[in-house]
Amino acid sequence: MQNKNSSLRDEIIRISGTNPRKCMLCGKCSATCPAFDGMDYAPHQFVNMIENGNIEPLLNSKSIYQCLSCFACLERCPRTVEPAKLIEAVRLSVIRKQGANHLKPDNIPALLDEDLPQQAIVSAMRKYNK
Amino acid sequence: MKVTYFPGCTLRTKAKDLDKYARKCAEILDVTLEEPDDWQCCGGVFTTSRDEIATKLSSVRALKAASDKNQPLVTVCSTCHNVIKQTNYAMQNDEEFSSRVNNYLSKEENYDGSAKVLHYLELLRDTVGFDKVKEKVVKPLEGKKIAAYYGCLLLRPGKVMQMDDPENPTIMEDLIRALGAEAVVTPYRNECCGSYISLENPESCTKRSTKITKNVETYGADMILTACPMCKYNLEKYGSGVPVVYLTELLAEAFGVKEDENAK
Ligand code: SF4
Ligand code: SF4
Repeated sequence: MQNKNSSLRDEIIRISGTNPRKCMLCGKCSATCPAFDGMDYAPHQFVNMIENGNIEPLLNSKSIYQCLSCFACLERCPRTVEPAKLIEAVRLSVIRKQGANHLKPDNIPALLDEDLPQQAIVSAMRKYNK
Repeated sequence: MKVTYFPGCTLRTKAKDLDKYARKCAEILDVTLEEPDDWQCCGGVFTTSRDEIATKLSSVRALKAASDKNQPLVTVCSTCHNVIKQTNYAMQNDEEFSSRVNNYLSKEENYDGSAKVLHYLELLRDTVGFDKVKEKVVKPLEGKKIAAYYGCLLLRPGKVMQMDDPENPTIMEDLIRALGAEAVVTPYRNECCGSYISLENPESCTKRSTKITKNVETYGADMILTACPMCKYNLEKYGSGVPVVYLTELLAEAFGVKEDENAK
């Protein structure tokens, strides 16, 4: 178990290209996050839990689909930890598994209205599906 | 002058005015927008993961088309701009990423990171100059109080986008003033409207967008200026009713080339 966790941790750090060890747990990322209210794990918890190899709960979290990729946390972190990149890496490690797509194409028509810009659908498909 | 122009998928469909007036106003400013014939959608939002290659190839191809012609690549939609500029930054600064991309592409398609990506706003400020923009105004927008809304993608990550100070930008306000209107500076102008979450979680989007538009009302602005179709949709649909206009529409109005809405 320890090995599996530490290899997942290394993989997440590698593909995100950022270093959670630099975090000083100031919480600024979570304070500035517009999606904070709907998150079960906040951005600073992602950073800390990944650093400690406690990744399982994050894989099953709602937060990975609530993050808006607004890059506020990434811009405002005083230690350049860039939490958005870690959240993205966790999400990818989930949706890259076969059959794990979050948004099913069949469900999309029901979500549409006539003014919805294409980019909303394209973005959601990119963020939620492989 | 000639530039390569990347309209993007949404400007072809739901945001036709953003595109139409970008072209019209560029003409007035003696800029020719040359659209590559085979561009593909940028993919909608940048994936920060360094091992995502395939989804970034359409951006690389657009960049390559511009660099082959020795032209800057100009975008209008904030999302396309963000995706293409971040991809370019990765091509310039992440050697492992750029060599993987180039290995994926044919030899003729290889791209060295040399293109310059400009948002339409930067084209106006840096290439044309706001002074020249001002000279072309035939119908100054006097009496209009306009709140610029930057959202997330035009400014962040600041180190990559380099358009303006990510926490205290002025480029849109300077444009508003050049067109003769009053720029109303509001505190949430660089906070997120909710983006694509409107698809799955409209409540969250309503919270975000209403907070922004209510604040704009408090500051006494009568309209919101944006470059992004996603922001316009969210702020109009989930906000408190403040009208949202595209920056190219506003430009066209001041240049006297905006079509009469009722005549359409
Ligand atoms: S990028 Fe995601 S986690 Fe970071 S502030 Fe924006 S919504 Fe929150
Ligand atoms: S803002 Fe940066 S340093 Fe502060 S808690 Fe978040 S990741 Fe850690």
